Amino acid sequence: MKQDWDRRADVVVIGGGHAGCEAAAAAARMGAATMLVTQRLETLGEMSCNPAIGGLAKGQLVREIDALDGLMGRAIDAAGIQFRILNRSKGPAVQGPRAQADRALYRRAMRRLLDAQAGLELLAGTVEDLVVADGRLAGLVLADGRRIACGAAVVTTGTFLRGLIHCGEKRWPAGRVGDAPSYGLSAALGRLGFPLGRLKTGTPARLDGRTIDWAVLEMQAGDDPPVPFSFLTDRIATPQVSCGITFTNERTHAVIRANLHRAPMYSGQIESVGPRYCPSIEDKVVRFADKDRHQIFLEPEGLDDPTVYPNGVSTSLPAEVQAEMLATIPGLERAAILRPGYAIEYDFVDPRELDHALETRRVRGLFLAGQINGTTGYEEAGGQGLLAGINAARMVAGSPPFVLDRADAYIGVMVDDLVTLGTAEPYRMFTSRAEYRLILRADNADARLTPKGLAAGCVGGERGARFQAKAAALAAARCRLAELTASPTALRRHGLEVNQDGVVRSAWELLAYRGIDLERLAAIWPELGDIGGEVAGQLAIEGGYQGYLARQEAEVRAYRREEELALPADLDYATVGSLSAEVRQKLAAARPASLAAAARIPGITPAALAALLAHVRKRPGNAA
Amino acid sequence: MGRERLFAYAQDDKRGDHRGKVLAAGMTDTIFALASGAGRAGVAVYRLSGPGAGPALAALTGRDLPAPRTAVRARLRDGGGDVIDDGLALWFPAPRSFTGEDVAELHLHGGRAVGRAVAERLLGLGLRPAEAGEFSRRAVVNGKMDLTRAEAVADLVEAETAAQRRQALRQMDGGLESRIEGWRQIVVGALAYVEAAIDFADEGMPGDLMAGVSARVSALAAEIEAALADNRRGERLRDGLHIAILGAPNAGKSSLLNRLAGREAAIVSGIAGTTRDVIEVHLDLGGWPVVVADTAGLRDAAGEIEAEGIRRALARAQAADLKLAVFDGAARPVIDGATRALVDGDAVVVVNKADIAGGGVPATVEGRPALAVSARTGAGIDALVAALEHEVASRLEGGGAPPLTRERHRAAAMECRTALRRFDPAGEIELAAEDLRMAGRALGRITGRIDVEELLDVVFRDFCIGK
Repeated sequence: MKQDWDRRADVVVIGGGHAGCEAAAAAARMGAATMLVTQRLETLGEMSCNPAIGGLAKGQLVREIDALDGLMGRAIDAAGIQFRILNRSKGPAVQGPRAQADRALYRRAMRRLLDAQAGLELLAGTVEDLVVADGRLAGLVLADGRRIACGAAVVTTGTFLRGLIHCGEKRWPAGRVGDAPSYGLSAALGRLGFPLGRLKTGTPARLDGRTIDWAVLEMQAGDDPPVPFSFLTDRIATPQVSCGITFTNERTHAVIRANLHRAPMYSGQIESVGPRYCPSIEDKVVRFADKDRHQIFLEPEGLDDPTVYPNGVSTSLPAEVQAEMLATIPGLERAAILRPGYAIEYDFVDPRELDHALETRRVRGLFLAGQINGTTGYEEAGGQGLLAGINAARMVAGSPPFVLDRADAYIGVMVDDLVTLGTAEPYRMFTSRAEYRLILRADNADARLTPKGLAAGCVGGERGARFQAKAAALAAARCRLAELTASPTALRRHGLEVNQDGVVRSAWELLAYRGIDLERLAAIWPELGDIGGEVAGQLAIEGGYQGYLARQEAEVRAYRREEELALPADLDYATVGSLSAEVRQKLAAARPASLAAAARIPGITPAALAALLAHVRKRPGNAA
Repeated sequence: MGRERLFAYAQDDKRGDHRGKVLAAGMTDTIFALASGAGRAGVAVYRLSGPGAGPALAALTGRDLPAPRTAVRARLRDGGGDVIDDGLALWFPAPRSFTGEDVAELHLHGGRAVGRAVAERLLGLGLRPAEAGEFSRRAVVNGKMDLTRAEAVADLVEAETAAQRRQALRQMDGGLESRIEGWRQIVVGALAYVEAAIDFADEGMPGDLMAGVSARVSALAAEIEAALADNRRGERLRDGLHIAILGAPNAGKSSLLNRLAGREAAIVSGIAGTTRDVIEVHLDLGGWPVVVADTAGLRDAAGEIEAEGIRRALARAQAADLKLAVFDGAARPVIDGATRALVDGDAVVVVNKADIAGGGVPATVEGRPALAVSARTGAGIDALVAALEHEVASRLEGGGAPPLTRERHRAAAMECRTALRRFDPAGEIELAAEDLRMAGRALGRITGRIDVEELLDVVFRDFCIGK
């Protein structure tokens, strides 16, 4: 093929959503000459669905992205208009920071961060084709005919691949409302042999806040003071707002039931699979028929934007039915619809095509991140984008892949789930997906990941310095807590009841007792009084969990030993004895990277694992 | 496929805990072994398993493979075409075979020369002798059975008494597997609610979730507790109930053991203090397996060696499930203090030498009925056997549920019980979830859902060739 390139870049990122922004910034931070190509630069960092970042497990993802010097945490800190820790009544490992965003502020913050990133060029354009030579990505072709040579590309096209919007009986091709879908790239991926599937997601109508009767609604304020996402943010400066809470009722449900035949999911117009975790209101009414009401949060989309996002009533019913349905809801009787809700169907690539660096096995240098891999959610997309961006830059530089495992991060859990199990519905993160949930917390994301990021080269100087300072303070405080000890009798004198067993306990051990916190300990040992802020918070959590953490860490060591039993990428499963055809097929599809990854594939029996292990051990050079 | 699952905890099942031990061998080669007992016999059964089993059978018989699972008469020939033997051949193509692989069986005459010739021929065809337990291991590897069933195969082969055979058969039928799996399902079910309460907190979960979970968890903990409090019935049935014969020197303990065994197992002599060590005899008492140990006589020892024997006897008395306290009916007094001190609720009391006893035999010792016997004449022995049988049965007979039969079952069940007891519905919910996760993993280890490698090593270590 004649290589008449118009432009050259180390890494090209296709798409400017949450995955694309993180991927481009990460690649550039790594020192790669990076180009981000997106249809319209104005929509960089657009929140296509709900105007919020974080939540249960998702909040942890954002903290992890931030710990690796990603953008999302800093952007939401600049744009958040209501911060709330979810699950506050539960323990720290399962709490999730969440914030609602002013969409315009978020876009602006994201754009500012991208513009400030050295080595990153933003380019408006539509990628139509991929140029592959000898199984390796050589470059891309834009719709206007320009050809860009690159060492690696990250495709983050979200819902744009053959996107098809459904609103009642109407449907039209689009990437999201107001944006054209992408056909060329989808065709190119298909031509390269990538198995494509179809998924569906949806969004509710947007309402004019000036027409909502706020007076009758219960209002919910955020946390005061708001807790920032980013380890770099000291405090939130954006004005904070409340949102309204209302509920559907039997009349709402009656309207929905009467019009179900016009809902694309029920009329058969949509056959692809939607997320069970974020069901449309028609799904909720059908599946939870015994519930007489469903909660709706009315979330302002911006400080000086009257648009309100009714969280909880995602729908693809016809526009006039949406109006009729919403009018039955208290507070929304006269609400004007600015834009009806809709469902969108789009292509995704079976993520089992990827390795743990998010590079495709089929085409070297081609990375995929975000919804194209079958996930849903900004945070899931951002985490993948970050990882793919780092790895695209490392691949171009000839460095080994940067991989996170299930004990490192939720990002590691997600990527491992995706590339070994694939997904049949939009994949969303949950804390229950993490085996080592007590370790993968929001408070210690920096301790878990920033050192790795520093070693990989994706963490900048400012964050590095801040992290080192915090880590040193933590270490010193831990040391002090371990050194201060008291006998049960001495503790009793201070009003602390422990077993009068004569065993001397350290201040650190005492933190594991219910009702004993740093403040209480500082009453005994005044020198503990100056431990405060993040350090105190993290110590309190670790101290409280210490027994469980020790057990979990033992499990992590066992898991990592197993993980070290690598399965060669070129393993021919046909030559492994004692495997059923079904198991063989599953393994060949997933190509697990390790014995542990193989174990996570449904239907793979311990027996099959033993056979795999035996086979691998027999291979020369694998005398593990 | 399991993609429909809502929560990732289901993956916990699969999360292994491998300790990096080396599997004995790969599974692509073809193995053979004499599956029946060694030595001269009317029939000897050879079993072949692996991809080479079919070609080997065809080469041996010089004809096409027989119809699956049908015995056919065949002349087996060696490499030079000479007939080795005339016997039966069976062909079990994968996966419908014991191991899940291609299996061939040869039923031949049980001579040594035949065995040698068959082995030579199979080695020549590229097969290799099986290692201990390798057939069962392959069956587990191929998902033909879980670990408890595989263990039961070994137990069945080892079974010496009817009760052992019944227990092994029941376990082989999946009795224990389904009991453990039932427990695990309760844990998984409880965990589902807890995980839902964590991850879907804002989606209107019913408030009383934890109450229901808590009740189920306590009930399960109590059930596992009860299963653990069975006095190691299943393991004791596997190993045999231990009975120690105790008594003064020359009370006739060894003679009594010989009477019970019906053979000369211990050195019997009239000189006091002959038995200086502990001698064991395995007996089948009405279908119950027992291990009877003869011990040194209890007295203020004369020599150093005898003192050591007495020390061992006392240790044996401590460890025994049942004590047979023997008093000398011909001695004065009949009841010696050292032996009487050992009589408790786990003791069966006999007064020996009833034939020459000069009277004065008590009806009870320490509240236990005393049986008058004579090891020499055999008088009263039937009554003693009946009494022992009764005591043994009361210790080995259990309720309806299939018992834990191995130490590793017990260890895992205890780990599960500990995690369930730690489960605190009023405490932090994520820690409650953690306890349930641990409980589920512990149970998974019993049936072999996880920890594959290490387990396989442990489980198959004690197997004998050909099973």
